[in-house]
Amino acid sequence: MGSRVEILNDGGFRSDGRRQYELRDMTIDLSQQGVADGSAIITHGLTQVLVSVFGPREAKMRSQTMHDRANINVEVSVAAFSTGERRKRSRGDKRILEMAATIKSTFEPVVQTSLYPRSQIDIFVQVLQQDGGLLQACINGTTLALANAGIPLLDFVCAVTGGVHSTSPMLDLTLLEENDIPHVTVAVMPKTGKVTLVTMETRLHVERFEEIFRLAGEAGKVIHAEIKGAVRERTSRLVGAMGSGPRAGGGEDDAMDEY
Amino acid sequence: MVDITIRKRPRTEAVVTQRKFFKKTARGKVIKVLRERYLRDDVGCGIQNCSSCDNSTADTLPFAGDTQHKSFPDGHFVLPDTNVFLSQMDLMESALFKPPIILLQTVMEEVRHRSIPLYNRLKALVRMDDKRVWVFYNEYRSETAIIREDNESPNDRNDRGIRKATEWYNTHIGLSRPVIRGQPKPKIPTVVLMTEDAANRKKAEESGIAATSIRKYISSLPESYLSESILQAGLSTGKLHKGHFNASTYNYLQGSVSVPGYPKPVLLIGRENLNRAVQGDMVVIEVLDEAKWGVEGDEVVDQEATLKNDDADSDEDEENDDVIRQEAKAVRASEAMAQQKEKQPTGRVVGIVKRNWRPIVCHVDATALPSTGPSSSTSASTLSTQTLLAHPTSTLLPRIRIRTRQGPALVNKKILVAIDAWNSTSRYPDGHFVRVLGDVGGEDAEREGLMLEFGISYGAFGSAILGCLPPEGDSWVVPPKSDDNVYRSAESVPALFLSPPTNLLGADCQDIDDALHARPLPNGNIEAGVHIADVSNFVHADTPMDTEAAARGTTVYLVDKRIDMLPALLGTNLCSLRPNVERLAFSAIWELTPEAEIVNVRFTKSVIRSKAAFTYEEAQLRKDDPNRQDELTTAIRLLNTLAQKLKAARMAAAQSPAIRSTWSRKEMRETNSLVEEFMLLANISVARKIWEAFPATAVLRRHLPPPRTNFDKLKDILQKRKGMTLDVSSSGALADSLDKCIDANEPAFNTLVRIMATRCMLSAEYFCSGSVGRDTFGHYGLASSIYTHFTSPIRRYADVLAHRQLSAAIGYSPLHASLHSKPHVERILEVVNRRHRMAQMAGRASVEYYVGLALKGRGEREGRQVTEEAFVIRTFRNGLGVFVSKLGIEGMVMFKRDITQFDADNYTVTIPGTSTAVPGNDDVMISVFDKVVVNIEVEKDKNTQKGKVKMTLVHPIDSRAL
Repeated sequence: MGSRVEILNDGGFRSDGRRQYELRDMTIDLSQQGVADGSAIITHGLTQVLVSVFGPREAKMRSQTMHDRANINVEVSVAAFSTGERRKRSRGDKRILEMAATIKSTFEPVVQTSLYPRSQIDIFVQVLQQDGGLLQACINGTTLALANAGIPLLDFVCAVTGGVHSTSPMLDLTLLEENDIPHVTVAVMPKTGKVTLVTMETRLHVERFEEIFRLAGEAGKVIHAEIKGAVRERTSRLVGAMGSGPRAGGGEDDAMDEY
Repeated sequence: MVDITIRKRPRTEAVVTQRKFFKKTARGKVIKVLRERYLRDDVGCGIQNCSSCDNSTADTLPFAGDTQHKSFPDGHFVLPDTNVFLSQMDLMESALFKPPIILLQTVMEEVRHRSIPLYNRLKALVRMDDKRVWVFYNEYRSETAIIREDNESPNDRNDRGIRKATEWYNTHIGLSRPVIRGQPKPKIPTVVLMTEDAANRKKAEESGIAATSIRKYISSLPESYLSESILQAGLSTGKLHKGHFNASTYNYLQGSVSVPGYPKPVLLIGRENLNRAVQGDMVVIEVLDEAKWGVEGDEVVDQEATLKNDDADSDEDEENDDVIRQEAKAVRASEAMAQQKEKQPTGRVVGIVKRNWRPIVCHVDATALPSTGPSSSTSASTLSTQTLLAHPTSTLLPRIRIRTRQGPALVNKKILVAIDAWNSTSRYPDGHFVRVLGDVGGEDAEREGLMLEFGISYGAFGSAILGCLPPEGDSWVVPPKSDDNVYRSAESVPALFLSPPTNLLGADCQDIDDALHARPLPNGNIEAGVHIADVSNFVHADTPMDTEAAARGTTVYLVDKRIDMLPALLGTNLCSLRPNVERLAFSAIWELTPEAEIVNVRFTKSVIRSKAAFTYEEAQLRKDDPNRQDELTTAIRLLNTLAQKLKAARMAAAQSPAIRSTWSRKEMRETNSLVEEFMLLANISVARKIWEAFPATAVLRRHLPPPRTNFDKLKDILQKRKGMTLDVSSSGALADSLDKCIDANEPAFNTLVRIMATRCMLSAEYFCSGSVGRDTFGHYGLASSIYTHFTSPIRRYADVLAHRQLSAAIGYSPLHASLHSKPHVERILEVVNRRHRMAQMAGRASVEYYVGLALKGRGEREGRQVTEEAFVIRTFRNGLGVFVSKLGIEGMVMFKRDITQFDADNYTVTIPGTSTAVPGNDDVMISVFDKVVVNIEVEKDKNTQKGKVKMTLVHPIDSRAL
C-alpha cells in the first residue's frame, strides 16, 4: 500500500495544503491561567502548548539560589493524550529533561536575571497536543508567558522549525513531515538578529544547512510580528480595562514600537 | 528572499480543515490522529488566460479546450475519475488521446493508494511533453474541498469530490468568460466527467454535469492508431507485424508491407486500412481475417485524376461525398476481384513506429488558386492565407495540404514542403512550405528537387571537413621513406599498369582509384596485384571528414552531376593513381598458378607509380594488336587469360544466373570483364581476410537469394502466355531456364524476361558479419560465398571501413574502437545501405528526366511524335504497363473508357470489336509480353507544368479513341 503521504507534491503543495514557506496557523491566548504570574497558550497548527510562569520568587531550595541573578527553572510535562500513541511520560524522561534544559539555556541569556538576585523564575511547560514543531511551540509559548508575567527580557525569542525535502526547504513542519525529513529548530532574537538556539537531531547535508538556517531566521521575524501583535493587543486590552490609559487597540503605544 | 507568511485557518472552517480522530490498529492499540489542511483560493484552474486564476507558472490547458470531438463542438476538457486511470492507463498515455485532461488531486491520491506503478505512470503522463494535463488540487481549493459524511464510504466521498470539482470547473469557466455586450457570445467549453461507474454518471447528470463513459467517448473519436505499449505487446506475441510501408505506384489507395511472417507482402487496401501511412514509414500492421483478404487491384487509380476537384479547404466536417463514392468504388472493384483470384494476405495499419517524413518536392496546382486567371485582379485575395494542396513529384506520396499567404507566388514553382502531421480526420497530411527550388521544368530546380527527394546531401564541404585534408593540397607528395617514417613497408611493385577510369562521366573523369599489375614469377606462377588508392590514409576515423563521408555513404552519379562523398582533392588527385606519379595504395597481391588457382594472397600498404592509364577501349585495342609486344601489353594479356579462367571457375562453382539488367547499351569488352573479375577477386579475398580477423564486426556485403514466391507471378505469366517454364529451385537452374526463354522472332524478349526476373530479386546490402548467421553471407548475384566492397573507397564508405579493417587485420594499424563495436558498425551500415539505395534511385530518376527531355527534343526535331515498339509487362482493367526496350523506359497506357474485358488469370485485356477504336469488327486481345507500338510524348500537364511521359497505344489499336 502506498498510502504514505507525499511531503511536497508536484504542484508545490505540502500534505496539508500549505506551500513551502507558509507557516501554520498560529493562535495565542494570553489570558490568566490559574494562579500563574504569567501564562500563554500557543498553538502552531495542531500543536498546542500551555506555558505558565511563576516568579520571580524566592527559591524553594537554598541550593539553587544564586547571589547575583535569578535561577530559571524549567519543567516540561507532556500530557499523555497529546501524542498519537497514548503514553505517559515520567518526569524523569530523558527527552523531556533535555527539552527543559534546552528551553532553559535558550532563555538564560535573554531573561535579565541579574535584576532578580537570589530568586527563582519557574517555567512550567505543558504540552497539550502534538503535531510537530513542539520545541518551537514551547519556546514561543515561553517567550509569551514571560512577557505576560512582566519579566524583563532583552528581546523576544522566536523559534521556528525548518526542514529540507530533497532540495526544497520548507518551514514549520508537521509531525508527518518531521518524521520524514531532516529538520532544524532555530530560535532567534529578531531585534538583535542574534540566534539563541540551533538544534538538530537528524542529519542534514551541510550545503543545505545554511539555506535553511537563514530561512528559519527570516521566519522568526514573521513569528515575532505575530507574537508582538498578540502581546500588544493583550496589553492594550488590559490598559483599556484599567480605564486609565489610552484607548484600547490604539497605536500610540510607542514603547511597544521599539520592538 | 522568499515570501514567508503565516497561513491563517479560520476557526469557523475547522469542520472542514481539521480532523481529529482515534484509530484502532490491528493490535488493538488506539492511536490519535491529527490532521489539518489549509484551504486556499489560489489553486489555479490551469486554463490559459483564465481571468480569475494565476496560471502563469506552468504549462496550461488551451483556452478553448479540445474542439475535435463531435459531441462537444464548443470545446471540452476531460476530467477522468480514478478508475479510468486504473483500468485505461494505456489509453490515457496514448499520444492519440489528445484532449486536455484535468487531473484531480483526489484522483491522483486514490491511484497512488491503489497502485504505485500506475501512480508512477500517471506522474510520467503529467510530465509528458505532448500531453496537456493539469493537476488540480481540489482538496486544497476552498470551493471544492469536501469532507466525508456519516455513512459515506471513502469511495463515495471521492466520487462526490470529483463531481463537485467538475461542477466547480464548469461554473468557473462560465464565470470567467462573461458575455460582453456587442461581442458574440463566447464559446464555453465543457468539462466532461469521464467515468465507467454508471451510478456516478447518473448522479452527475442529475446535478447537470456532462458525463461520459470511456467507450462512448472513444467511439465517437475518429479511428486512430493503437498505443505504443499495445503495439509492443502485439509485436512480441506475433499478432502484429512491423515493416516498411510501400505505396503502390499504380493505385494510391493501395500499398503493401513486407513482413517476415508471410511469404507475400501484406496488402493494404483502402484509405481506412492505409491509415495515413506514407511511403517509407515503418508501420505496424494487423493482418485481417482470411475472409476479408483481397487481391491487388487490377485497375490504375490515379490520385490526380480521382481527386482532381477536391478542394483543400473542404474536408473534415463536410466530407466530400463524391470523393468518398469514387474511392469506395475503387476499393470495391478490388474486393469483387478477390472472389475470382487467389487471395493475398490483407491487413491494416494499426500504428506507426517511425515516420519517414522528410522534406518533399512538390508543386502547386494552378487551378487550386481561386483568383489566378488572365482576367482576375490578383491583388485582393492573394495576400490572404490560403489552403492549398501541394502535389509531390513522386506518385507514391499523398498530396499535402499547406497554408500559405504566398499562394500565387508558388504556382509553377518547384517547392519544398515538409509534412507536420496527419490528423485522423483529414484526408491529407498537413504540411508547411519550406522554400522554392526554382521554376518547374528548370534543370537546376529539377536536379535539386531530385537530390532532395532522395535525401542526398549536396552541399559543399564545410571548412572543418576541408581542414582534414593535407595542408599541402594539390602539391602533396608521398612522404620520402625514412627510418622514423614507418608508413610503408612499401615494396616497390614493378610493372604496374592499367588504371581504367571507372566513372560514368567519361572523358572528364579524373578519379582512377584502382590499378592492376601482373608478372610471371620464376617458378612458373604468376603474380597479380590489385592496387586501390589508400583513402584511409587521408580519412581517419572520428574526424569531421569521416563523419561526413559516413553520412553521405556514397558518391551519387546523376546524368549531369556527380555529388562526391569525399572532397574532390582526394578523389581527383591524392587518391587518384595517376600514371607516373607516386601514390599511396592498398594492394592485394596474389600468386596464381597459370590455371588461375590462388596459391597465396597477401595484403600490403604500398607506394605505387602507375605506368599508364587506359580506357577499356584502349586496353582492348592494345591487347588485340598482335604487333605490340611491350611489357604492358603482355601484362594485359596475362591478366586477361587469368580473368577468363577465374570467371569460368566462378561460374562453374556456383552456376550463377549472373543477371545483368543493363539499361544502357554499354559495350562489354573483354577488358571490362578483366577488370571486373580482378576487382571481384580482390573483394572476395579481402572479405575472407577481414572476416577471419574480425568475425563479429567485419563489414561485408551480401545478396540474399530471392524467396521463391517472388517469382510466382512471372512463372505463371511465362507459363500461360509463352508456355515456358521457369525453374527457380536454385540459382543455377534459374540461370539455365532464363537462357531458354528465347523467342526466336524477338531477340529483345530474353532481355525483357531477365529484367522482369531481376525485379523479383532482392537487392544486395552491406551487413555486419556478427549480426547475421554465417549461412546467409552469400552473394547470390555474384555467386560468391563471401563478399565485401574494397575497391572503391573514394566513392563508397563501406570500402573505407573495409580498408580500415584490413589495415588492422594485417597488423599495420590498430583498429579504431568504433569498428570493434557491433552496434556501431550496424548503425553505419544501415545508413550506408539506405544512401546506396537512394543514390541508385536518384541516378535512375535523373536518367528518366533526361530521357524525357531527349524525347521531347526528338519529337520537336522530327516534327512528329515519337513512336516506338514496346512490350506489355503488366495488364490492368483500364490500362497497360509497357516497357520500351529501345529507350529503356517504362510507362503506362491508360484506357479512358471502361469497355474492356479483363482476364486477370490469363493476363489479357480484350477490347471488343464493337468499339470504334478497333479496325474491323474482331475483338482485339492484348496480353503480357505482346509487342505493341506506342506513341511517346512528353506532355506538359496544363496545370502542373510537370513534364510527364505519356504513352498512347498506336498498334494494334489506337487507344486515343478509347
